[in-house]
Amino acid sequence: MADRISDETIEYVGILAKLELSEEERTAAKGDMERMLDYIDILNELDTLGTEPMSHVFPANNVFREDVVTNGDGSEETLANAPVRAGQSFKVPKTIG
Amino acid sequence: MAKQYETVIGLEVHVELATKTKIFCGCSTAFGGAPNTHTCPVCTGMPGSLPVLNKQVVEYAAAIGLAANCEIARVCKFDRKNYFYPDNPQNYQISQLYLPIARNGYIEIETGNIRKKIRIHEMHMEEDAGKLVHDEWDDTSLVDYNRSGVPLVEIVSEPDMRSAEEVIAYLEKLRLIIQYLGASDCKLQEGSMRADVNLSVQEVGSGKFGTRTEMKNLNSFKAISRAIEGERRRQIELLEEGKEVVQETRRWDDNKEVSFVMRSKEDAKDYRYFPEPDLVPVVLDDEWLAEIRARQPELRTEKLARYRKEFDIPEYDAEIITASKHMADIFEAVAFLCGKPKKAANWLIVETLRLLKERGQEPEDICFAPENLAKLIGMTEAGVVNSSVAKEVFEKIFDENIDPEKYVEEKGLKIESDEGALKAVLSKVIAENPQAAADYRNGKKKALGALVGQTMKEMKGKADPGAVNRRLKEMLPLKKKSQSPSNTSS
Repeated sequence: MADRISDETIEYVGILAKLELSEEERTAAKGDMERMLDYIDILNELDTLGTEPMSHVFPANNVFREDVVTNGDGSEETLANAPVRAGQSFKVPKTIG
Repeated sequence: MAKQYETVIGLEVHVELATKTKIFCGCSTAFGGAPNTHTCPVCTGMPGSLPVLNKQVVEYAAAIGLAANCEIARVCKFDRKNYFYPDNPQNYQISQLYLPIARNGYIEIETGNIRKKIRIHEMHMEEDAGKLVHDEWDDTSLVDYNRSGVPLVEIVSEPDMRSAEEVIAYLEKLRLIIQYLGASDCKLQEGSMRADVNLSVQEVGSGKFGTRTEMKNLNSFKAISRAIEGERRRQIELLEEGKEVVQETRRWDDNKEVSFVMRSKEDAKDYRYFPEPDLVPVVLDDEWLAEIRARQPELRTEKLARYRKEFDIPEYDAEIITASKHMADIFEAVAFLCGKPKKAANWLIVETLRLLKERGQEPEDICFAPENLAKLIGMTEAGVVNSSVAKEVFEKIFDENIDPEKYVEEKGLKIESDEGALKAVLSKVIAENPQAAADYRNGKKKALGALVGQTMKEMKGKADPGAVNRRLKEMLPLKKKSQSPSNTSS
């Protein structure tokens, strides 16, 4: 297994993902990420020179909707997912930035 | 000698498109609904939901790109921009990084008679985020996802601007183009147009851009000007003290006129963009682009040329009227309804602009019906009301969109056409003001003004000042100079 993920990288990805990881979780995440890189290395063994990058499995394009309102008041269904609710809004710890 | 600095500015402008529905679902984009009423599993990022692109978004974006002289991508795609924040329930924003809809455009601006091209780097479609309302008391934030998924185009300029003046000129031009296209109302105050300012300073002649900062939370042209001036000063002070400018995002506080650090600027790679697998590519072929081009409404330059041909109004008036699409629409409707374009232009340029300024409003805020101004012009032309009453009535039209015919009738503001009544008042005024009458007859022309004023007061403003003037002159023939040589100098 490659040893390419430094402690700083884990720390930084943690900050971006807004996660506080314990020492054990860090070690586990490091192992997971390194295995992902190993997998990419396998893909890199293939010769893809001259192959168009593909982002979709289906050879389709231009799938559209017309600009017509089809949805009504969806607030109850949406708010059913709120861990904490205040009136018609989701309530979360104060976030500014 | 103190060092000379040059300011280098590039803008990221977000514009909310005027579609009826969101970019990827059939929820309404109407402003001001109760929190979370315009939401569904798609715009709240529920697992398993499938976004489908709103065709109108592509058409508006392409129209803006064409009007801003961009190359339109024949194939464009969407990507996911990953970040974690409560305004974004999906934990990614669907945007375009690798193949945006338009690139390499420019907008021509004019400042102090100097024309300059501001280049557009690229333009892309994306979805807006939800809105957070912060509670001052219990350290919580309330989240409303009504705005989540409202379509945006982001227009990224090259760092081609060198002053606040150029920035404002660029934004005004961009706003005008988009408003004329009908693609957005571009209201800075309501957030349907938002500008982030990227600014750096460099020593004149160094030829090397300094480290830039990005400034957010700018919701008026004045705030943008002040923020540019403030940030330029802050960066120069740092450099003069031998310190470094840090690349970061700052939030402008227009009340305190200072900016605060929001976060160190995340690099593009931190967003870990990757292609959006739920949306298929958009292919814009020649035929579709030709259709979008053909549908392009008359833009400002064409409108100005047409006004010159069709209406006998001064160039200056035409420029002011067409500086707002909304005002131009009102002008054309009023001119058509009353057949007096010159009068219509006058009411808009003099009284309307005065009232807008007094009320602290923009031309976009004009909300009276063209019919009512057209009626008022007709009434003034027909001599039903005099000009001072007309101004008073217009203010009512401006504020409350009243029907001038009904209003004048109800308030009894019609010009008194009863000759007998006018004559009686004139005789009374002359009798009560013998000195003014004598002064006028002896050649002191100003004295007539006092008599006209008195008469208008007696008539409660319901007389035609022109007619009063004429009648007074008839009733007070001037004395021959030889008859009163001593009075001319008094």
